[in-house]
Amino acid sequence: MITAERKPLDELLAMLEGKDKVLVAGCDTCVAVCLTGGEKEAEILASELRIKAKAEGRSVQIEHTSAIRQCEWEYLDMIAAKVAEFPVVLSMACGIGIQSMAEKFADAYVLPAVNTNMLGMPQEHAVWLERCGACGDCLLADTGGICPVVRCSKSLMNGPCGGSHAGLCEVTGPNKEEIPCAWALIYDKLIAQGRQDKLMEITPPKDWSKSSSGGPRKMVREEAKPV
Amino acid sequence: MKSGSNLEKIFSAGKFAVTAECGPPKSADGNVIVDKAKLLSGVVDAANITDNQTAVVRLCSMVSAHLAADNGLEPIMQMTCRDRNRLAMQADILGAAALGIKNILCLTGDHGSFGNHPQAKGVFDLDSVQLIRMYKNMRDEKIFDCGEEISVAPQLYIGCAENPFADPFEFRALRLKKKVNAGVDFIQTQCIFNIPKFKKWMEEVRALGLHKEVKIMAGLTPLKGAGMAKYMKNFVPGMDVPDAIVERMAAVEKGEPQQAEGKKIAVEMIKELAEVEGVAGVHIMAVEWEIAVPEIVAAAGLSPRPAVA
Repeated sequence: MITAERKPLDELLAMLEGKDKVLVAGCDTCVAVCLTGGEKEAEILASELRIKAKAEGRSVQIEHTSAIRQCEWEYLDMIAAKVAEFPVVLSMACGIGIQSMAEKFADAYVLPAVNTNMLGMPQEHAVWLERCGACGDCLLADTGGICPVVRCSKSLMNGPCGGSHAGLCEVTGPNKEEIPCAWALIYDKLIAQGRQDKLMEITPPKDWSKSSSGGPRKMVREEAKPV
Repeated sequence: MKSGSNLEKIFSAGKFAVTAECGPPKSADGNVIVDKAKLLSGVVDAANITDNQTAVVRLCSMVSAHLAADNGLEPIMQMTCRDRNRLAMQADILGAAALGIKNILCLTGDHGSFGNHPQAKGVFDLDSVQLIRMYKNMRDEKIFDCGEEISVAPQLYIGCAENPFADPFEFRALRLKKKVNAGVDFIQTQCIFNIPKFKKWMEEVRALGLHKEVKIMAGLTPLKGAGMAKYMKNFVPGMDVPDAIVERMAAVEKGEPQQAEGKKIAVEMIKELAEVEGVAGVHIMAVEWEIAVPEIVAAAGLSPRPAVA
């Protein structure tokens, strides 16, 4: 799933300076599952913003709404009437949803309330781990189902590097949390599968043109188009 | 001869090679390199010119290598995958070769989070194994990575690093084999402090016959003080510093006596490592302590350096 984190309140307040009529728009799919930007979080943020305005003696109209998915036109139709009442929309959807809103509601000033961060897997309640880089050329068949593109800090194709120690990466996360060495995991998995030979194959340079390095991507399924 | 570099000639002549490290400054002051080159010229066979070492911006390795060469020190230009994509790495090697730089050390590079620009986008278009193969193909097949022909190919002596102390230990010799298969000519190891573990790794290297396919240089770092020993033990990634070394350093007085002890340990280690079958040379990484290198090399009985034609 796509995960996102809400921007700090101060950043949102700076973005909204001078704007007194704001609709906070949640999205009830990915960002709701990661407890960041669903209807409930939109309601809470709208109320936070109202409290802040009241404390500062400002008169504002801040309400909330939510779409089932902000990234699909038909769901945006369902909130169109509400959006039309507001000049400013603070979207709590991922980057895709925010852009869909901005495109669909061209007259509104659509602002982002979250930072979209990864394609993550919920490991346990309230913990997500990055699992896919959407590189456009999946190599999981060769790596025991463990992605070196996003799980190795250096995206090595022929790891592990000299910084792998006791199963951990030499790099630590932003909060100094330990990161498992992806190549230690790949090594263990391939050995367990009896695929030692795979480890000795030199993986050639990756074709990054299939990733965002090739320019913005577009997927068309001709066979699925309506006739 | 692949490159005709002094380092390659030393190995070809069956001599025990000595290299050091020469770190460029965090400024545009090329004289720092000139001075270090003059200090190390004739003392070692060649010296690594580091490339934004530990992900800290410094005077670039290609220009530093050129300055070193101009001042009598044969450079081993380091090239990291962290800061360049495959276009830049090929362009830079053509430029380096045009300047007469012959030795290249292929590194993935320390992660940007350790350096002074942790916000930078890490490139990592290739890894070190892929880089070795790309350069080998440029030299031997005269082709770019895309397959296009190179009219005048770079003549290179291709090196890389390997860390015998990283995990999984049982894969470390095999990973070296992978680099040998990719086409590396010489390797320099991570700093060795744990000699028994290094010897165990060398046993595996010999069992795979790799010591006959690639020139292996044992890496070591002279300790400047007990504080440095502790720091390397606890904070430098991939480092294995036994307690006995830390204690030995701490047992003598700070300052001059500890520096002398550090040099003494380095000399003892060089002598021991030189006896290990398959070790073809020693690589001395005196971090910002290049001045200690001439004394260490001499005390280890490795001066003067042989002249090879």
